[in-house]
Amino acid sequence: MSEPIRAKRKNPVLRTRLPTLPPAARSRAALGLTAAAALGRFELQQCRDCGAVQYPPREACQKCLSILLDWKPQPEGGELLAQTVLHHSNDLFFRERLPWRLGLVRLDCGPIVVAHLHESATQRVRVRAALDRAGQAVIAALPDKEGSDMADDRQLREFTCDPKQRKVLVSDGKTALGQALVKEMASAKAELIWVGYAEPWKKFAGFDELAQIPQVTLVPLDVTDSKNVRELAAEIAGKVDIVVNNAEHHRTAGISARQGVETARAEMDVNYFGLLRLAQEFGPAMRSRGADGRASAVAWVNVLSIYALANFPPHGTFSASKAAAHSLAQCLRAEMRPAGVRVVNVFPGPIDDEWSQLLPPPKVAPAALARAVVSALRDGVEDVYPGDVAQEWLARWRDNPKALERELSA
Amino acid sequence: MNVLTQLASGLSAGKIRVIDLTQTLSPEFPGISLPPEMGQAWPFRIEEVSRYDERGPAWYWNNFSCGEHTGTHFDAPVHWISGKDLPQNATDSIPPERFIGPAHVLDCSKESAKDADFLLTKTHILDWEKKHGRISAKSWVLMRTDWSKRRDPVEYQNYDEEGQHTPGPDVDAVKFLVAERDILGFGTESIGTDAGQAYHLRPPYPCHYYMHGAGRYGLQCLTNLDQLPPTGAVVFAAPLKIRNGSGSPLRVLALVEDK
Repeated sequence: MSEPIRAKRKNPVLRTRLPTLPPAARSRAALGLTAAAALGRFELQQCRDCGAVQYPPREACQKCLSILLDWKPQPEGGELLAQTVLHHSNDLFFRERLPWRLGLVRLDCGPIVVAHLHESATQRVRVRAALDRAGQAVIAALPDKEGSDMADDRQLREFTCDPKQRKVLVSDGKTALGQALVKEMASAKAELIWVGYAEPWKKFAGFDELAQIPQVTLVPLDVTDSKNVRELAAEIAGKVDIVVNNAEHHRTAGISARQGVETARAEMDVNYFGLLRLAQEFGPAMRSRGADGRASAVAWVNVLSIYALANFPPHGTFSASKAAAHSLAQCLRAEMRPAGVRVVNVFPGPIDDEWSQLLPPPKVAPAALARAVVSALRDGVEDVYPGDVAQEWLARWRDNPKALERELSA
Repeated sequence: MNVLTQLASGLSAGKIRVIDLTQTLSPEFPGISLPPEMGQAWPFRIEEVSRYDERGPAWYWNNFSCGEHTGTHFDAPVHWISGKDLPQNATDSIPPERFIGPAHVLDCSKESAKDADFLLTKTHILDWEKKHGRISAKSWVLMRTDWSKRRDPVEYQNYDEEGQHTPGPDVDAVKFLVAERDILGFGTESIGTDAGQAYHLRPPYPCHYYMHGAGRYGLQCLTNLDQLPPTGAVVFAAPLKIRNGSGSPLRVLALVEDK
């Protein structure tokens, strides 16, 4: 078993080194592995004609030369054939992280792959496609037993964003989701959790309970107030390792169900401009701390909505604001990637809260959504679709976005 | 010397002092809270356009946004349904002479300190008149509660499970000031001219209902009322000239003559 990770603080007078990235270049075909890994899936190309599973990704079947290759989920089992430990590398990223353990694994589905090896992996292994700091998929091999985690391992922790011993900002502690996120981060052993709350004069249910969690500091934060965001960032941005932006304004209306633009504007101000303000103020400091020891800046989580993919007309203006936030989150992802800070987008279906009151179940429970966020950080996933509704919509959207648009407008 | 030259020389000699009754507009200053499903007033927000930088090399300026009822602000009669059909009921149509008037300051600070739900009654007003004289027509009545000294927004708003607790006038006091004293309007230090729990009075929000229904005005979120004499000050309260505006943030100034 691995040693538990100890929180050893960095000597503050030492230089914070600049972040480096593992090799990021991929062919378009190879990005198929990344696309699946972003969702936490292990997929390889499979030949439609002869059934052979391919690795590395390619344009034509290595067995029959057919060009009909489909990305398909594959079993994760494999046999460790050989292993080696790197003590030298000319690559800047690995050079700073030596020694580094690698292995050859024969997958149960056929191909032999080079994998990053968990320190306890021997013989039977299970493989994962994981996103590395450059945001590209690599294959990691873990021990074939329950309970072993990428976060336990020095090497594989490089691929994850585990909140353990990290410092977290949750942007809105007033909602049930915000409070569930804080509790989940606390049980994931986050070292410090700053919890924002807007309009401090409206004391909210759950305030006292949050205040009693030892890691928690409650801070006034209204993402519609640039000055407030700037001042909080000035105070803490240089320490925050994980931002969870769950601040959200959600009212129920399409275009014709509510007069005027004020509600839609408020949704935009929180859901879109709120993200922009946070990203402008917290982004630069986090980018500078992408390689700040074991507890470096690692992740930025946006709680979006499945309605960001396709407009749900009864919540039409809210959907539009989440689509805007999704687009901006893609920009943020591009800007954070050079520092190795991962942007995780979460697309829940309807949450079991005040503003989805009239929607029938299934609805995502705030606690389940919070667990999904922490799992995504631990597993190194980039796009999360928690809950049955989100999973179903995602499948329909990937299959045929136009059909989903028609179905949602029925 | 005519009156205006006397005023000017009084000001320059410091014999007449200008008291600022205005709270500073800032994002931190609390705003009106309504149930979340209702339409909401914008809070005060400010964004920098440029500050001697690449966005504008030699100048500093901001864009700000807020609702008509933000910070220290003026309520026009059209704000309330009872005043919606009156003539000259909006910020642009109110005759400008109404923006200047004498002020009577009723000190309710002790009562308000004891009871956040303190309601000013007709009896209180009559007692005040016994000491300071009759409230004159076309004058402002300002309710001093020292609420503006609550610098912490949580204490200023003073919410609990049953809502807001701030002082204000009761129904009979408002009716009396309108019908029997013919005042210009009513001003307070808290977030509304009505008490925090005025929704439960009959009618709800009597100061809004009767004042605006009679074409009178409101001032709220005032400060420095403790620097005014009970009677004798003159208040300048001109809202922005918004077409058909229901109110506006404004700078409220009082002139006070030292004896």
